[in-house]
Amino acid sequence: MNQWKNLTKGFFKENPILVLILGTCPALGTTTSGINGLSMGLATTFVLVGSNIFISLLKDFIPDKVRIPSFIVVIASFVIVVELVMRAYLPELFNTLGIFIPLIVVNCIVLGRAEAFACKNTVLSSAIDGLGMGLGFAMALFILGTIREILGSGSVLGHKFIAGDGMLVFILAPGAFIALGYLIMAVNQLKKKYLKD
Amino acid sequence: MEYILLIISTVFVSNIVLTQFLGICPFIGVSNKVETSMGMAAAVTFVIVLATIITYLVYMYILVPLGIEFSRTIVFILIIAALVQMVEIILKKVSITLYQALGIFLPLITTNCCVLGVAVLAVQKDMNLIQATVFSLGNSLGFGFALVTFAGIREQLELLNIPKPMRGAPIALVVAGMLALAFMGFAGIV
Repeated sequence: MNQWKNLTKGFFKENPILVLILGTCPALGTTTSGINGLSMGLATTFVLVGSNIFISLLKDFIPDKVRIPSFIVVIASFVIVVELVMRAYLPELFNTLGIFIPLIVVNCIVLGRAEAFACKNTVLSSAIDGLGMGLGFAMALFILGTIREILGSGSVLGHKFIAGDGMLVFILAPGAFIALGYLIMAVNQLKKKYLKD
Repeated sequence: MEYILLIISTVFVSNIVLTQFLGICPFIGVSNKVETSMGMAAAVTFVIVLATIITYLVYMYILVPLGIEFSRTIVFILIIAALVQMVEIILKKVSITLYQALGIFLPLITTNCCVLGVAVLAVQKDMNLIQATVFSLGNSLGFGFALVTFAGIREQLELLNIPKPMRGAPIALVVAGMLALAFMGFAGIV
């Protein structure tokens, strides 16, 4: 039961983007379409699960004083794995996501989970926590990407449902900020309504 | 002339925060007051320029000759982390006032994606050393410019009566979107 909670807390209650407002850079930069957002989210999920497992395995060996640099080294290694695999098998996607793949290293969510969860908990809970948080992140990116895609180019998952262009501004930079702003507002409203603790 | 154009294009036309989406966390988090955001901007400028020069040299003269370019990410982030620590120690010795002014922002800079982003972009774009330096300077000025402008707007926002679910991050993001719209007006200058 407890593990179930570890998994699901990232979906809504502690959703990294929509509630904690962490990792906004990739959330805005890669969500020009639903699929792009989802792939970025899944890449981050892989890094999160990998680094969480490794850090919780190593937690007894890492001296407290150098823990942040050690975490960064572990995270960066997983990012390099993602980078190389993507460049080899999904070169098109790699080009679209571009700079944001190496920047997973400095994504606050990854380091945040390492510091707040993985270095204090067992391997299994850390893996589940990483998976839940990563999927929550991917879900938020997918929702934001889909909204921007519908408004900006009038298509869902690449299937166009209108003729012409749609409101181009939502594909461009300003639309990203505005869409995320209103999405967080909606979540705030939902939280007030359904999560009364 | 080429360098002036490079600075104009990095500060205004492709502003690092408002069109490239790098460094949004400090942009939303720190920019409540004009004064603190100026401190942040100064610290970031300093670190970005220094980090870009060092990572550029390391990449070109160590990683490329050895054929280990794939380790770029891990090497760059370690250099940046070490650099930030070093800047902190040096500042503490040399100028205690500046250290206290920038103090809290310095450790945060390691995880500011601007720094790693600019370093990676400078290497990716096949620039020479001078271009890379000017590029990093322009980008950090653009970051500072966006941060301070935004802080000025947010100081005014606090006086307004904003609907409750909209307070905090949502309104900040929507305002940032409007600012980005304004910056789109610079498109096509260079």
